[in-house]
Amino acid sequence: MRVNFTVNGRPQEADDVWEGESLLYVLRERLGLPGAKNACEQGECGSCTVRLDGVPVCSCLVAAGQVEGREVVTVEGLAEYARQRTCGSGKCDTSAKGATSLDDAQRWSAHGTDSQTGEGTELSPVQQAFIDAGAVQCGFCTPGLLVAADEMLERNPTPTDADIREALSGNLCRCTGYETIMNAVRLAAARQSEAV
Amino acid sequence: MDFLRPGSWEEALAAKAEHPTAVPIAGGTDVMVEINFDHRRPEYLLDLNRIGELNDWEVGEDSVRLGASVPYTSIMENLRAELPGLALASHTVASPQIRNRGGVGGNLGTASPAGDAHPALLAAGAEVEVESVRGSRRIPIDDFYTGVKRNALAADELIRAVHIKKAEGPQQFSKVGTRNAMVIAVCAFGLALHPSSRTVRTGIGSAAPTPVRAKAAEEFLNAALEEGGFWDNGKIITPSVAKQFADLCAAACNPIDDVRGTASYRRHAVGIMARRTLTWTWESYRGTAATEGAA
Ligand SMILES: Cc1cc2nc3c(=O)[nH]c(=O)nc-3n(C[C@H](O)[C@H](O)[C@H](O)COP(=O)(O)OP(=O)(O)OC[C@H]3O[C@@H](n4cnc5c(N)ncnc54)[C@H](O)[C@@H]3O)c2cc1C
Ligand code: FES
Ligand code: FES
Repeated sequence: MRVNFTVNGRPQEADDVWEGESLLYVLRERLGLPGAKNACEQGECGSCTVRLDGVPVCSCLVAAGQVEGREVVTVEGLAEYARQRTCGSGKCDTSAKGATSLDDAQRWSAHGTDSQTGEGTELSPVQQAFIDAGAVQCGFCTPGLLVAADEMLERNPTPTDADIREALSGNLCRCTGYETIMNAVRLAAARQSEAV
Repeated sequence: MDFLRPGSWEEALAAKAEHPTAVPIAGGTDVMVEINFDHRRPEYLLDLNRIGELNDWEVGEDSVRLGASVPYTSIMENLRAELPGLALASHTVASPQIRNRGGVGGNLGTASPAGDAHPALLAAGAEVEVESVRGSRRIPIDDFYTGVKRNALAADELIRAVHIKKAEGPQQFSKVGTRNAMVIAVCAFGLALHPSSRTVRTGIGSAAPTPVRAKAAEEFLNAALEEGGFWDNGKIITPSVAKQFADLCAAACNPIDDVRGTASYRRHAVGIMARRTLTWTWESYRGTAATEGAA
């Protein structure tokens, strides 16, 4: 079957999709977006986390056919998504005159850079914080954690440690022992509140 | 495999009537695991995501009509006052990502003895509204679970909603697992006080082939509370009564040994959870009873 949906602001069409296929498989194997990782395929690890109509979900547990006509954001589009959000709320420090409306932000699409890889764009605050805090070791868990952490910071700009642990409780990391990940999210939250 | 994508409830019922073997998929958090691991190759998948009303809930006078696909996250965020037991249970399900997709309709569809919604539904009192092209009926929750991962749905029926009694007293949910997140229950226990009918109801998860109520324990406790005038005098429940209640709850189990725990551990843990949830809810009831008395 064919599935039409929006990924990182761009309309995508996936062909020859098997009816039992997961969104994760479509993203990785059909659309060339390998950011979301495949580790367990059973919802346990969160490394495949993407946003579906804004909501963080395990893409390995969403049937491809269920995303028809819907919006998906993957880690590849996270930086642009975060930038549009900041601009939409009038906190954009670019030269653009006049605040982007929330509506515009919701209908954002990636420009200029290659939304396939996410390369060439400046990192989002949460991505930069993960690097600065040394929260990335093998990096396999990182895309899922970034998507989950970014969504939490969107909802809850001043999270407690308990809030962070709860928001990331669906994401496993086998390398870091989580302390550096906690530091990274605290750092991103602190920078975000300074920027206001 | 065919992917059926009904745009309305009527279309979904028609599709299910035409293809009774079609497997409905809501949040997909049970179905997709089975497909990913090749444990299941249904001929038809019947997507319910397009049917908006399955995501709605209505708070009525006595009960909440909870759409089958309302995700656990919404229950936690919006229905904590009306359905405290179910909201607590929802919060223990898996992880935020899973709670954003999975809901009570899927939990009932799977009807696993370990499903966390079941003890809360049994304790609160609920009816499952199911429908087919033949018509609609309501299945009392006590009659819904018919065997290990079996439920009372006919092949052409879909779950439309669950009608759950609104809490009129304290409710608790307790679950044993190795950590706080992403844990399938070793065993679980739900308890609800119903002050207007002066009854206590229970629900036990993962300690019998199906979710069950501890009916003998309820009867014993209801009689003991009545006899001692506890509902009116708001006294602390006598330790011997609490112990007898806990023992009867443990006796209501019919557990197995498996990778998550042994049968005897499960029985033991259910007794402990029964005593604790009774104490927590009763303390809370006494608290409100005392405030009302003073007012
Ligand atoms: C990693 C992980 C952890 C989990 N942890 C827990 C846990 O802690 N506690 C727990 O209780 N569960 C847990 N689950 C299981 C699952 O998340 C729940 O059972 C959830 O409630 C299923 O809901 P769903 O909408 O995703 O169901 P789906 O997977 O879409 O469907 C489940 C079943 O119900 C049927 N169905 C769905 N909707 C309807 C309907 N409207 N009418 C008729 N049939 C229907 C489907 O055909 C299928 O048989 C976990 C799952 C995963 C992957
Ligand atoms: S790959 Fe989806 S949760 Fe592990
Ligand atoms: S950095 Fe290796 S799994 Fe997290």
